[in-house]
Amino acid sequence: MERILQLIIVGIFQGSIYGLLAMGLSLQYGVCRVLNITHGEFVMVGAMLTFTLSGLGIHPLLAPVIIGPLLFAIGFVLQSTLFRTLKAWAPSPAAFEGNALLAAFGVMYIMEYIARIRWSGRSYPTFILPDIVSFRGMEFTLNQPVTFAIALALGIAVYLFLSRSRMGRAIRATAEDPGTAGLMGVNTNMILAFTFGLGALLAGVAGTLISIKSSVSTTMGFSNTVIALIVVVLGGLGSVPGSFIAGIIIGIVSRLVAGFWQPVLTVPVYYAMLMILLLVRPTGILGKK
Amino acid sequence: MDITRFISTHRRFLLVGFLLLVVAFVATFPLYTQQSHVRVLTIILIYVVLAVSWAMFSGTTGYMSLAPAAFFGLGIYTMALLQKTLPFPVIIVIASLISFAFALLVGLVTLRLRGIYFAIFTFGLVIFLTELVQFLETRIYHGHGWNITPIDNTTLLYTMLVLVVVTVLVIYFIRRSRYGLALLSIGGNEEAAEHMGINTTRTKVLYFAVSSIFMGAAGVVLAPSIIYINTNIAFSLFYSFMPILMAIFGGMAHLSGPIIGAVIFGYLEKMLRAQWSTYFMLGFGIILVVVILFLPNGIIGLVPTLQGKLGGLMTRLRKGEKGEQHANA
Amino acid sequence: MPMLEGQDVTKYFGGLAAVSHVDFHVEQGEIVGLIGPNGAGKTTLFNLISAALPLSSGEIRFKGQKINGLKPHQICRLGIARTFQETKVFVNMPVFQNVLAGAFFGSQDRVSTADATREASQALEFVGLSAMSATPIKDLTLENQKRVEVARALATKPELLLLDELMAGLTPTEVSEAMELVRKIRDNGITVFMVEHVMKAIMGICGRVMVLHHGEKIAEGTCNEISCNKTVIDVYLGEETRAGS
Repeated sequence: MERILQLIIVGIFQGSIYGLLAMGLSLQYGVCRVLNITHGEFVMVGAMLTFTLSGLGIHPLLAPVIIGPLLFAIGFVLQSTLFRTLKAWAPSPAAFEGNALLAAFGVMYIMEYIARIRWSGRSYPTFILPDIVSFRGMEFTLNQPVTFAIALALGIAVYLFLSRSRMGRAIRATAEDPGTAGLMGVNTNMILAFTFGLGALLAGVAGTLISIKSSVSTTMGFSNTVIALIVVVLGGLGSVPGSFIAGIIIGIVSRLVAGFWQPVLTVPVYYAMLMILLLVRPTGILGKK
Repeated sequence: MDITRFISTHRRFLLVGFLLLVVAFVATFPLYTQQSHVRVLTIILIYVVLAVSWAMFSGTTGYMSLAPAAFFGLGIYTMALLQKTLPFPVIIVIASLISFAFALLVGLVTLRLRGIYFAIFTFGLVIFLTELVQFLETRIYHGHGWNITPIDNTTLLYTMLVLVVVTVLVIYFIRRSRYGLALLSIGGNEEAAEHMGINTTRTKVLYFAVSSIFMGAAGVVLAPSIIYINTNIAFSLFYSFMPILMAIFGGMAHLSGPIIGAVIFGYLEKMLRAQWSTYFMLGFGIILVVVILFLPNGIIGLVPTLQGKLGGLMTRLRKGEKGEQHANA
Repeated sequence: MPMLEGQDVTKYFGGLAAVSHVDFHVEQGEIVGLIGPNGAGKTTLFNLISAALPLSSGEIRFKGQKINGLKPHQICRLGIARTFQETKVFVNMPVFQNVLAGAFFGSQDRVSTADATREASQALEFVGLSAMSATPIKDLTLENQKRVEVARALATKPELLLLDELMAGLTPTEVSEAMELVRKIRDNGITVFMVEHVMKAIMGICGRVMVLHHGEKIAEGTCNEISCNKTVIDVYLGEETRAGS
């Protein structure tokens, strides 16, 4: 029984990072209509930069201060150049989504291989705060609750930003109806670029948090993209709170499957879960159609 | 202008003649080149099948499938598992059926939903199969990877030739039929298509599954050509992106587009892959982005533009001459 | 028995009733108009009839047979065709293929290629677009695109045609031409149910008119009765006459 509880709690800790990851992706799709398959590469870049910065003496927990804005800028530029042009030249929204997806794959290869040229394919150990803490007979490494706290805080901050602030309202309006939002005076191009950048920032921070708990390499991007996709489908494409909750769920499921069965089966289990879910409820947990 | 008129009236004959020429060329290829070139041509033909099959469904309906690698990989693994027990042609048929079954299943669940979910799930199918097969491999066979008994290059080439001809013919006739029109209607405006009496779900699911048949078959032919396979090789997403890139580059308005794209890129891949390794994938990513950006209608799409520009040029030249005549009169 | 009949038809979106307990009927050979201010639920009602949306409650019958719960392609095959407010032509093919698609799939029984081709040509000729058969759709004017939509719907050999704002965006001359077309359609034995904002068209060709407001039917009758109905005038026509349209 205790074992299950331990797995669940660890799953929640892990899942909060997945949730952060997925929030970014959900925002990018919900607002910019780009299914950013490159997302995992941003995570990887965040993680690798954390490693490099720690080599220069900057503590990993401080790394997001630099990495965040940097990745934000990259995302901002990517949206305002590549995806904006694709949107303008696409004959229909469906064609745009398809083209954006393929273009994102191209960018994914580019980012991964540029990173590989710089850092090569090997893994680098980076974890910090490995001290064990005990709680009611269960043991955790300190970095687990710490990263959970950071992810949760950031997730809540983003949610509040989107629901309470003026810019958040502009973002939501653009997601609903870009045409009308534009007519109401919203600078939609800026909003799209900002949101994409925000998503990239969240990915980068997630990368830092991941690097605190496990070793990193330039090949880690893809598996993170897969997880982000799974979480986003579960939570509903475009729903930010749904993504976070779904992240927690996936985190729990992953620990349970790995603990009781086989770690390598986690993805097939997710996939099967999602197929069944889509049969029953096509919009995910909290998703809108 | 006489040549243009000649071409359009005798179009059918010229086309069939050209195709027979191509088939004859491929069939006699092994007689005057080395084995390594035969191998390259075989792989190009595999890409042709993948690109044309992909375009048949995704090019018409607009539903982006990332699954070619999944069906291709299923074909490869079918060969690995059955190579000692069944004859080569039978394995091809079995792999086609297995691909069909998987495609039917995935299609039934995801084609009722928006296109983006279909894209995600076809992508996910590739990952799913990679992990699942890996797991089963370890459990049942206690290892990873398989050695495939090689089959001689000429047999493989001829097998692919037959497969290409079958694939192209089947897809040609589907395109020309009312079902091809139905697929295009779904791509044009799915809601309207549904309201004109087209059972869109059934059409999509069925033809998605049909397109997977040829991909699975092609996988069976690749396996004995590369001799060693494992899940990373068999289910590599590259086998989804390359056909997509080829089809988009070539242009999907005509059946010939994906074929042209496959020939060009298939050849380029062989040439560049050996020399550039790491940079190859980087270059691939860049080319993918560039093609999506600047050539969304493919090379074929450029033809009307070019024709227009050339035609306009000719007209202006002629008018110019006449203008001068009038001026001097 | 009415050709099309709706009983207590209701549709909720979340907590909001877009269509609320509406009864309606269309007899064979009629041209019935459906009017009401923006957001009154007119297109929603059409979407319920053509099964683009499911009903929340109520029943719709076509020639006595219950049709709510069927899929759109089945409804088309039974004999109800429609056009759309936002002109949903197939943008990736020429005019003729647009109409041909309807001819192939819209009828109850399987159609031979020769028959379908003939049907499509006839439909195009009926709407006056034979000359443009090979033109790509995107090169057509809005009015002509709407005609293609009508031809495509006609090619499915319907008994009832739902026209959703056919006249929207047309010049007065084009409106008269469209009115002629609708009369011709009815004269060829097809019943017409049309949503319209252009009053000239409604008054000119409809035998009977239904008025919706906030999802409810507030009036029904001949054009004269409707234009004299105080509630209707207050809610809708009054604004229009004041606006001088």
